[in-house]
Amino acid sequence: MTLTEKLLARASGKSAVRPGDNVWVNVDVLLTHDVCGPGTIGVFKREFGQNAKVWDRDKIVIIPDHYIFTADSLSNRNVDILRDFVREQGLPYFYDVIDEPEGHWKFDASRGQLKRQYGSGFAGVCHTALPRKGHTRPGEILFGTDSHTCMAGAFGLFATGIGNTDAGFILGTGKLLIKVPETMRFYLEGEMQPGVMAKDVILHVIGDIGFDGATYRAMQWEGPGARGMDMDDRMTIANMAIEAGGKNGIFPADQKTFDYVDERIAANGTKSQYEPVDLDREQSFVFDRTYDVSKLEPTVAMHPDPGNRALAKDLGNISLDRAYIGSCTGGKTTDFLAFAEIVRGKSVKIDTFGVPATPDVVAELKNTRWDEHSVWDILTDAGVTMTENASCAACLGGPVDTFGRLNTPMNCISATNRNFPGRMGSKESHVYLASPYTVAASALAGRITDPREYLG
Amino acid sequence: MAKTFTGKVFVVEDNIDTDQIIPAQYLTLVPTIPEEYEKLGSYALIGLPDDKYPVDFVAPDSTKTPYGIVIAGRNFGCGSSREHAPIAMGAAGVQAVIAQSYARIFFRNSVATGELYPYESVERLPDVLKTGDEATLDFDHDTLTAQGKTYQLKPLGEVRPVIEAGGLFNYARETGMIAAKA
Ligand code: SF4
Repeated sequence: MTLTEKLLARASGKSAVRPGDNVWVNVDVLLTHDVCGPGTIGVFKREFGQNAKVWDRDKIVIIPDHYIFTADSLSNRNVDILRDFVREQGLPYFYDVIDEPEGHWKFDASRGQLKRQYGSGFAGVCHTALPRKGHTRPGEILFGTDSHTCMAGAFGLFATGIGNTDAGFILGTGKLLIKVPETMRFYLEGEMQPGVMAKDVILHVIGDIGFDGATYRAMQWEGPGARGMDMDDRMTIANMAIEAGGKNGIFPADQKTFDYVDERIAANGTKSQYEPVDLDREQSFVFDRTYDVSKLEPTVAMHPDPGNRALAKDLGNISLDRAYIGSCTGGKTTDFLAFAEIVRGKSVKIDTFGVPATPDVVAELKNTRWDEHSVWDILTDAGVTMTENASCAACLGGPVDTFGRLNTPMNCISATNRNFPGRMGSKESHVYLASPYTVAASALAGRITDPREYLG
Repeated sequence: MAKTFTGKVFVVEDNIDTDQIIPAQYLTLVPTIPEEYEKLGSYALIGLPDDKYPVDFVAPDSTKTPYGIVIAGRNFGCGSSREHAPIAMGAAGVQAVIAQSYARIFFRNSVATGELYPYESVERLPDVLKTGDEATLDFDHDTLTAQGKTYQLKPLGEVRPVIEAGGLFNYARETGMIAAKA
């Protein structure tokens, strides 16, 4: 069996499953956030009763992250709905924006967008926060009310996105009926060359198979190229399975995985036992392709979808109005370090916005020093407008006062993961997806630029 | 008598993602709050680019659409997992979408909520139908008849009883998977 089949077999109490089987699986973790949490809670109460209790308090993780730093009153209210539910149910894993358990969240627009407006428990973008807070354990089954929940597959989990109704069902029962997907294998060989990042690998592959090329399927990543990647890289790749229509993305867990996971579990005091699954010698795939990642070059997904692939070096004629670095895939510490490597000592030519995925990223950028300067200062000195308010921000547009949102039609290059029309705001805008390196080089040049022009 | 629905069709192309079905700024509305559910209907398909789709799906002062059937190409509903997407369409009065293919989560959310029937067509229908055409959907024979021609649709199979029950919860109760409502 493939990794996904083994995980689903175990979670449904069967010795074996085959693609196409419909199985009831026991859920280890349910993740929700401020956009879909209130609706999920509504479904749960409507169906199980106003006084119903959730199936297992320790298995629910609630991370407000989408529409946080906005004066939109419904958005602020939605965070309060989450808090009320957490208090009523006594849930231990709620990463609230504010510290007062009885308080109300209200964003104070008069203090501006840049300075921190959250309390000590806030965690930032859910998919990046989840592993950082010790909630991704190899071998588990994780559902989340967000399509990029598949990011957790980087840690050897089965992880996928669901809607409010399914999530409401899980809240009451701890189970979900799902269809076992066929598995596509992507076997990576070689090492990425300077200037190439995990984002280039996944954009290349999506361009190859098409942005519905993995619909209903699992994308399993193997080979020396996959083993050589650090956890941040694997997260970027697993995250974007959904941009090819995939049900989940998955990497086999190895020592790097265990080291990362164990450290985070210890730091946050979450459940520490887990049982990973290993690769079987006999696996059957519906698709099996080998990629030599040493051959890949900086890659861009052009407007209007993540499968519309081109090479950065061929797009020099596209001039840009804005650059953006942030999101679950593009707002990690390693992403900002790559970005800073390019813009250090130079000045961006176009409006450039930076949104760290989590508060830890903010701290790490402020504490990492290159010569006398923090990386944070290197970025702001280069003209990047950095906010401390870690969140999804303009990755998905959001309310009109969202930091970095494209409120008028423009060309934007972005280190995020989705570029359908209107994704970052104005539906007349064109969004180009690329790696942090490519976004940085393009911000300096004001047009789409191959970052190797700036790397020594 | 056969179960049928007759109404006007609204035709869209390939790859209509959930940001076009219900743009992110309206996701602050919570679908289980009745007034907000109604309001979601007024924003259904409002994210379609105006140059390609000059006709409003829902008139500016309304929460309901005159188009009960949406005809689409490949990969309808791709993108985010927001259940607001089938809900906005259902709230606006859409009975069925007939697409060449679907993104996984949209299809699943349509079934789980019971908001609309996500049919797959055999032929590519956006090339032969146009917005405003009258059509009759026959749920028992899985066909769509429009402009004097009948088109075969793929049977809904195992998900049909779930939609007919009114979604996942009703289905789970009817089949004894969870206890009946007190
Ligand atoms: S950062 Fe973007 S892609 Fe990631 S969870 Fe937030 S909105 Fe979704």
